Amino acid sequence: MFLSLFLFPPQASTHAFEVDALYVFLIVLCSAVALGVVISMLTFAYRFRRRAGNTIGADIHGNTPLELVWSFIPFVAVMFIFVWGASLYFKLSRPPDNAMEVFVTGKQWMWKIQHMAGRREINELHVPVGVPVKLTMTSEDVIHSFFVPAFRVKADVVPGHYSTTWFEATELGTYHLFCAEYCGTEHSRMIGRVVVMEPAEYQTWLTTGNVTDVAAGGGMATAMATSTGQAASPAKVGEQLFLEKACQTCHLTSPGGIGPQLGGLAGHTVELATGETVTADDAYIRESILTPMAKLVKGYPPVMPTFAGQLSEEQTRALVEYVKSLRAEPGAGEATAVDARQQVGVQ
Amino acid sequence: MEAIERRVNYLNVDHGIRSWLLTVDHKRIGLLYLVSITIMFFLGSLMAGAVRAELLTPQGDLMQSDTYNKAFTLHGIIMVFFFLIPSIPAVLGNFLLPIMIGAKDLAFPRLNLLSWYVYIVGASIGIAATIGGGLDTGWTMYTPYSTGYATTNVVFPALGIFITGFSSILTGLNFIVTVHKMRAPGLTWFRMPLFVWAHYATSLVMILGTPVIAITVLMVGLDRGLGLGIFDPKAGGDPVLFQHLFWFYSHPAVYIMILPAMGVISEVIPAFSKKRIFGYGFIAASSLAIALIGFLVWGHHMFTTTQSMYAALVFSVLTFAVAIPSAVKVFNWTATLYKGAVSFEAPMIYALGFIGLFLVGGLTGLFLGALGLDLHVHDTYFVVAHFHYIMVGGAIMGYMAGLHFWWPKITGRMYNDLAAKAAALLIFVGFNLTFFPQFIAGYAGMPRRYHYYPEEYQVLNVLSTAGASVLGLGYLLPLFYLLFSLRFGRHAGRNPWGAFGLEWMIESPPTPHNFDHTPTVTWEPYDYPEMHKLPTRIGESRSHVTLAEGQPTPPEGLAHV
Repeated sequence: MFLSLFLFPPQASTHAFEVDALYVFLIVLCSAVALGVVISMLTFAYRFRRRAGNTIGADIHGNTPLELVWSFIPFVAVMFIFVWGASLYFKLSRPPDNAMEVFVTGKQWMWKIQHMAGRREINELHVPVGVPVKLTMTSEDVIHSFFVPAFRVKADVVPGHYSTTWFEATELGTYHLFCAEYCGTEHSRMIGRVVVMEPAEYQTWLTTGNVTDVAAGGGMATAMATSTGQAASPAKVGEQLFLEKACQTCHLTSPGGIGPQLGGLAGHTVELATGETVTADDAYIRESILTPMAKLVKGYPPVMPTFAGQLSEEQTRALVEYVKSLRAEPGAGEATAVDARQQVGVQ
Repeated sequence: MEAIERRVNYLNVDHGIRSWLLTVDHKRIGLLYLVSITIMFFLGSLMAGAVRAELLTPQGDLMQSDTYNKAFTLHGIIMVFFFLIPSIPAVLGNFLLPIMIGAKDLAFPRLNLLSWYVYIVGASIGIAATIGGGLDTGWTMYTPYSTGYATTNVVFPALGIFITGFSSILTGLNFIVTVHKMRAPGLTWFRMPLFVWAHYATSLVMILGTPVIAITVLMVGLDRGLGLGIFDPKAGGDPVLFQHLFWFYSHPAVYIMILPAMGVISEVIPAFSKKRIFGYGFIAASSLAIALIGFLVWGHHMFTTTQSMYAALVFSVLTFAVAIPSAVKVFNWTATLYKGAVSFEAPMIYALGFIGLFLVGGLTGLFLGALGLDLHVHDTYFVVAHFHYIMVGGAIMGYMAGLHFWWPKITGRMYNDLAAKAAALLIFVGFNLTFFPQFIAGYAGMPRRYHYYPEEYQVLNVLSTAGASVLGLGYLLPLFYLLFSLRFGRHAGRNPWGAFGLEWMIESPPTPHNFDHTPTVTWEPYDYPEMHKLPTRIGESRSHVTLAEGQPTPPEGLAHV
């Protein structure tokens, strides 16, 4: 239908229809209000125009009940819109647990995408149809905004911060990917496309396609990919980095290291030196690598060097993925008494 | 007639450039602002023209991306900071506020002149920065782009905005003190015209909000110049903090633009309906409500910006709440027409146009306040269309209505009504043709600030550019017929519209001190039914027809007019 093509971008995600429904509702409601006001205005203006016998208006001060009515009814109407809009927003803000993860880095002026299986691409995002996809995004320079009109999804990509959004594509095809936050000279060229594929096709694509050569920030991954002929997963790259940066010197797999053990850390609650507790999510792990002093774990000395400026966002991400992939060692997490016993045993 | 022309008024009381540059008369200062902001308006329009011409085609074929980015940035900065914010308050407010409350001037006349000089210095620095390289950050100057990445000169335009802010603060301060202390005997708060109420509310926003933008641009300057890193994540700063500070001012700034326009409409509609305004108390209260709630909604500019879900909820609900007082005003203006005696001179045409366009601007605000929907339309042309409906369709239409309504008072001359109506029509049609397609382009996904754009948006952009040409023509027309009226327009007399209010009971143009002796107000505002019982002139002694000392003696026959 021509009209719908003209008025709406393609509806290609589960959100798209819901967002459009609210949009159409608002168009109908607002058109009714606007027409009501304009028709009354024109009718009054014409019917009560100045002419012989009508040179002065009626002596009306106002009408308080009427004022209250036309304050209250719009109030109810806008609160209804508020609730509708907010419920959509909550849905769009909370990725489902089974969502497939993709890592996105914005950079003047390109989108760098990394799939968890290791495949990377630039200015293109391949996703399977019918599978929820969660994007974890950050920027290497200024603020960008990840915008796919066909999915009705937009989220700012902020340096120094992980932002997330998600969608579930419903239609095969190729869609616009825009940067929606002004980011400098080539802002309008920071565009790309999202390719929605059949899941099976996506799997093939993931494992057999050529790895896009990443000029910036991808040294390790590129090296690994070329040596094995296939992309290494971020966790694999992270493991390499972990050894390269000698993290294992302090973060032992057995208790008693200078730094906390990392096995089973992800998703668990950590008690800090300040007495506060935090959940070890992606943002926390990232922060603890880049600025370790920001949230010191209780019982450990403040000796970890900062890695800010030494790791690209993609390398940091690889480390985060590696840390998340570490499973808890048997017996770990059972407090320090265990450590003490084992240390005694060793001695 | 000849004699009327030679009366002493604020225009002919003194001559020469010096008498203008050193004047402390609020009316002359209003005219100084009128000339300065008109220059700014056409400069800003020129930039808009460049942007629209470039967007005729999807390819960036007319200029380089950097040039395009500078063009839309300067369009925004000039229009927002150097035109819209001072427009109605500094021109019409300056001229009318003292007269409407029966005062001879503002509370601090010298401070008033200082505001103009501060404005001129700020605007000149802004313009100098334009010529000396330009700025490419967008008028919003988001960090860390503006602090660490932009290669253009951010500091100078920021300094211009910083300085101009003080002009705004001083004007707001002056208005507030004037309204509190200078009202004529009998002019109680609820006898004040709604134009005065609107300016009072606006002044509150000016003095509370403007210091925040001043501090914010100062921090941008320090961050950029000295590398303080306040907004730099690499130094532990927070780039999103800038957005909070920026919008804490810049959202209320929208009300600095629209509230005075609402004040104008609340004067024009009763005058051309010959009827009391419907629900005076509700309109006055809604101005204050808008000013106060308007300070609590800044976060709705950041729904996509890593804001917590719960903060977003609060900002969304308050955004919907602020829609109510605006809706009340629209209903009240419409109800004022009911059982009126409506006539359709040019100011009324502009005012009716205002209501129509403001209605669309306000209602599309609901789309943006709805959280889930905003995620799609944020930073697209939908937003561009929405705020132009408010700022151009609303604020500038209101300014035009006011300028046409009080032009006879300001200059003493009538302009050609037909030409003015033609301009109003051109502006209305041109405006809608320019901006309505942008709603559609925005929902279809076209991001704002795009130099190149995908081909499917071209039809809408061509429509928009065509509309902009009509709109430009509409804005040029008043320049001719208004200037023409200065010399050839017929004399207006005190009250050409038969309107109610103190300003219509004094000479056109007013005498240097507005009133020879302070009037006593015994009436309610907009009391058209009882208007015939009131004097048609007030606060006058015969002295105003003799010329001031040191002036040439009046020609014969003048003294007894």
